[in-house]
Amino acid sequence: MAKTFKRPEALSERPTHYCPGCTHGVIHRLVAEVIDELGVRGRTVGIAPVGCAVLAYNYFTFDFQEAAHGRAPAMATGIKRVRPDLIVFTYQGDGDLASIGMGEIIHAANRGEKFTTIFVNNAVYGMTGGQMAPTTMPGQRTTTSASGRDVDDVGMPIKMAELLSALETPGYIARQTVIKPKYIVRAKKAIKKAFTYQLEGRCFSLVELVSTCPTNWGLTPEEAVKWAEDTLLSYYILGEYKTPE
Amino acid sequence: MGKVLMKGNEAIGEAAIRAGCLNYFAYPITPQSEVAEYLSHRLPEVGGVFLQGESEVAVSYMIFGAAGCGARVLTTSSSPGISLMSEGISYIAGAQCPAVFVNIMRGGPGLGGILPSQADYFQATKGGGHGDYRLLVMAPAGVQEAVEMVMMAFPLAEKYRNPVMILGDGLIGQMMEPVEFPDHLRSEPSNKDEWATNGMDTRKSDKPNIVKTLFLEPNELNEHNLLLHSKYERMKKEEVRYEPYNMDSDYEVLIVSYGTMSRVCRTAIDNLKEEGFEVGMIRPQTLFPFPEKAIKEAASKDSCKAVISIEMSMGQMVEDVERSVLGKRPVKWYGKCGGEVPSPEEIMDVVKSL
Repeated sequence: MAKTFKRPEALSERPTHYCPGCTHGVIHRLVAEVIDELGVRGRTVGIAPVGCAVLAYNYFTFDFQEAAHGRAPAMATGIKRVRPDLIVFTYQGDGDLASIGMGEIIHAANRGEKFTTIFVNNAVYGMTGGQMAPTTMPGQRTTTSASGRDVDDVGMPIKMAELLSALETPGYIARQTVIKPKYIVRAKKAIKKAFTYQLEGRCFSLVELVSTCPTNWGLTPEEAVKWAEDTLLSYYILGEYKTPE
Repeated sequence: MGKVLMKGNEAIGEAAIRAGCLNYFAYPITPQSEVAEYLSHRLPEVGGVFLQGESEVAVSYMIFGAAGCGARVLTTSSSPGISLMSEGISYIAGAQCPAVFVNIMRGGPGLGGILPSQADYFQATKGGGHGDYRLLVMAPAGVQEAVEMVMMAFPLAEKYRNPVMILGDGLIGQMMEPVEFPDHLRSEPSNKDEWATNGMDTRKSDKPNIVKTLFLEPNELNEHNLLLHSKYERMKKEEVRYEPYNMDSDYEVLIVSYGTMSRVCRTAIDNLKEEGFEVGMIRPQTLFPFPEKAIKEAASKDSCKAVISIEMSMGQMVEDVERSVLGKRPVKWYGKCGGEVPSPEEIMDVVKSL
């Protein structure tokens, strides 16, 4: 009997530690499938963030480095510059990329560093227990904004895909989501496109993936999907923001 | 090849290339920006990698990434920039990656000044970044020695899988002296395939390499720290370097001084000798590991009445000198901050007043 579905070679057999309703598992799988399909597992280096995915290196079967908080794009720059033949990607959450790492991601994108960034946006700090993120929605309650994000005090949430698209340097910037099967196919296409641009040595690529964090949103997984669809997707609009052409 | 007249900063950059390091990431900061300026046109000539990063913070992680995938890498900075890199240095040491850092010291704390200082001794030798790690720290006293130490630093960093720091100062960076680049490179065997993320295909392996510093299990983290510690103990046994000066005489005072300051002390010692006053000097060439044994023995000489640590700081190395002398002789300190290098006459007065 033919095998029609199996674990990607790039994904390890280890059970993940992620919460029920977390999207990391899906995103890890999509990245692994793309790496298998492009046949680059033997020359890929992933860079894990500080965040829930800090242990991402346990779930993939290729070389990995563990970055300091926010610094993955700088590490990726170092690797890609000295070994342009390696396929390099960073995997970062919203605290890592949009807060402490804001400088590093903007400058790497602006220099056109030819690595790929997978940006997991769940509008909250997951690993540290649910504090406010730069991507937290107005009025959203978190452990450091118990009365809801007050935009008069701390401003509006940051739209990273739009921000990075404003740079003049060519790049591939897309925003998708994996919260429902109907979105996952488009998400995978974007991830594959991003890695393909890297394989061609073309440009910097980033895919922002709107995600759920039921645990820190204080919602059930099903409620979380609904809230993400109703609230996040009407602010973080899906689409292809920039292509290098 | 013969001698060439070179500015310290440029010689340091050239030395890295001669040592087979063709990768440089850096950020401009006075008084060492000339390293980046020199390498920005020299590295492309030899097919190397040059990148001016957006900040010292970012640069320290570019260094980490590149070192982690098995490349020889160099960065240079100055005091405030080294503070910014200190977190990255902690990570690099924790992940056991080799890398070479050069600190061309300037006045501090904070923005301080742009003239030479030796006030980053604690930062270099006692940590700087968080956690239990040490750097192998070498302190040149001139441009030629800076070249030799930079060239030695790469194989040493690889031998110990640890960052190595060259502690210079603004004077060494800026001055021009004749330099000869050694032909013979000291090479240690490289075991990078065992740990570097250079790609499984490159190593013809199906086993991933992970460069990381996180060990959540207490026992694992303890074992890891014991491993790191054992490397520093080995450094203490194998890598102590120092230069004695006028130690064959019946010196009454022992000076301990390094870098630019030690050259002034040399002149002072020569002048005092002519006046009939014998002074000896131990010039540490490695600040970590510190030449404790040599200083203790030197201080114990019958003729020696006092030891003095002379440094361009408010007294940092003096604590290591005290620790080495173990109370056998009184240990004094003389220092000056602000960037004015003390003159030989000043040192002579200080020594005579002891």
